[in-house]
Amino acid sequence: MVQPRPRSQKSPCPLWFFLPAAVIYGVFFLAPTATSFWYSLTRWDLTTAEFIGLENFRQFFSEPFLVQSLVNTLIYAVMTSGLKTVCGLLLAVLLTGNIFARGFLRTVVFFPVLVSTIGIGITFTVMMHPTKGIINVALGALGIAGPGWLTNPSLALFSVALVDLWKGVGLATLIFIAGLAAISTDYYEAARIDGATRFQQFRRITLPLVRPATITVVTLSLIGGLRSFDLIWAMTRGGPGFSSDVVASVIYKQYQAGFYGLSTAGNVILFALIVAIILPLSLWFNRREVAQ
Amino acid sequence: MRHIRPYVTGGIALLFAAVVFILPFMFILIQAVKSKSEASRLSFSLPQEWLFWQNLIAVFKARDYQLLLAYFNSTLITVASVSILVILSAMVGYIMQRRRTPWNAVAQIALFMGLMMPPAVVPTIGLLQDLGLFKTIHGMVLIQVAYNLSFSTLLYRSFISTIPRDLDEAALIDGAKPWQIFFRVILPLLKPVTVTNIVVQSIAIFNDFTNPLYYLPGKENVTVQLTLYNFQSMYTSQYNLLFMNILLVTIPPLIVFIFFNRQIVAGMTAGAVKG
Repeated sequence: MVQPRPRSQKSPCPLWFFLPAAVIYGVFFLAPTATSFWYSLTRWDLTTAEFIGLENFRQFFSEPFLVQSLVNTLIYAVMTSGLKTVCGLLLAVLLTGNIFARGFLRTVVFFPVLVSTIGIGITFTVMMHPTKGIINVALGALGIAGPGWLTNPSLALFSVALVDLWKGVGLATLIFIAGLAAISTDYYEAARIDGATRFQQFRRITLPLVRPATITVVTLSLIGGLRSFDLIWAMTRGGPGFSSDVVASVIYKQYQAGFYGLSTAGNVILFALIVAIILPLSLWFNRREVAQ
Repeated sequence: MRHIRPYVTGGIALLFAAVVFILPFMFILIQAVKSKSEASRLSFSLPQEWLFWQNLIAVFKARDYQLLLAYFNSTLITVASVSILVILSAMVGYIMQRRRTPWNAVAQIALFMGLMMPPAVVPTIGLLQDLGLFKTIHGMVLIQVAYNLSFSTLLYRSFISTIPRDLDEAALIDGAKPWQIFFRVILPLLKPVTVTNIVVQSIAIFNDFTNPLYYLPGKENVTVQLTLYNFQSMYTSQYNLLFMNILLVTIPPLIVFIFFNRQIVAGMTAGAVKG
């Protein structure tokens, strides 16, 4: 008679441990995600859904302001992600160097990450007031006529992106600091003996070796940028006009207006956009990683 | 010259940080203690009279003590969802780390989706209505659990790999049941990562604006972030009270940050580098 393997019969890790989490996650996250594909093809008032084919998507891609929200989402995500990566790395290099008040500076840069986005949004909206705001008053004192940061339609999205940078750069800095700490100082010593300049050390040692942290920062901030809603909503509500609308704010506006099918189509477009950008990017990052 | 340099760069960086990162917080503080007419000038000047207490009381009294109710609701949601999150995600992280089953691949994909995908809002509202959970605190708690499960599980999974398997097996030989092993042996050993997780998730859930906006409308369900939003649209003339409200919302994370700085940093980077 074959003895059953005792470990498989009485494992200390029963599979039912997955169950409670799986039920909550399945019901409240996966199920709505799955049904959203169906609802995006309907005219829907939460009780009855009438199938209308791709009409919602056709509308999304033919209304100029909806198309603009799509373009804005891409601009916003690429801009915030790029700025956070560059500024985060520079700040991390500065804050791992031998400088005065290093701990305090790290704290100050990181703290905005933990503060309410809505609170920050309102504060900066007031500070960016075209005539009374302290930013333009300060610029005026220097003899510069400050622009209407949030009232100029061609500037509003960029102003919000700058506030996003202010709030989010601390997290990027923190990740880069962890990445820099993992680089052995031997490399720098060897490079110094060979007469490498500071810039050469940064270019040839820091930049290639901090790559895993860079990948993390780029991926995280791109996902965050594509999904971002609360800061934009607190600062401009997508305005002036539709000039700073993104897909996430369109989803909310269409929901408020009662166009549930169209709102859900926006959601499906946002899924597709995120998958289309993040999946190839992470595959590409992983391939480069293996190749090295 | 050589040893002056760190002080010079540090000094410049400090000045820059002071202007860029501290000034907005100073602005919040001085706006919050000004009188109504002075605050509406939006200028960066010291208040003529400090009305800290008056404004504090006024902001709490506004609209039938809405802010007090909001603190109560936010605290309730945060405490309940973080407690559930800790237990459930530690269980999932434990199995994902310890056992090799086909379900691990499924869990892995689900984890990745949860980190990346935005939730489908209107279908979720439809579902909550069907279940009778729309506009309820417990519905909100379940949503927060579902949305934050991935990040929380990730933290646990990487930490559990550092706990020796011998411990589980020794307990098993002693005749402990699986749930006893988990709750009596494993969970206590996870304390460092649990503290990190509690702190990071509490801040995220307390600061959440979008999900209560969608799933928890209604005056009696107001959360702290929503009071700001209501204030912004209703009392545009009372900037002093608006900023007092911002100040009050900023203080809880500040206190948590002062006490748990190290855990927050650990949680943010651990989750981030793995994700």
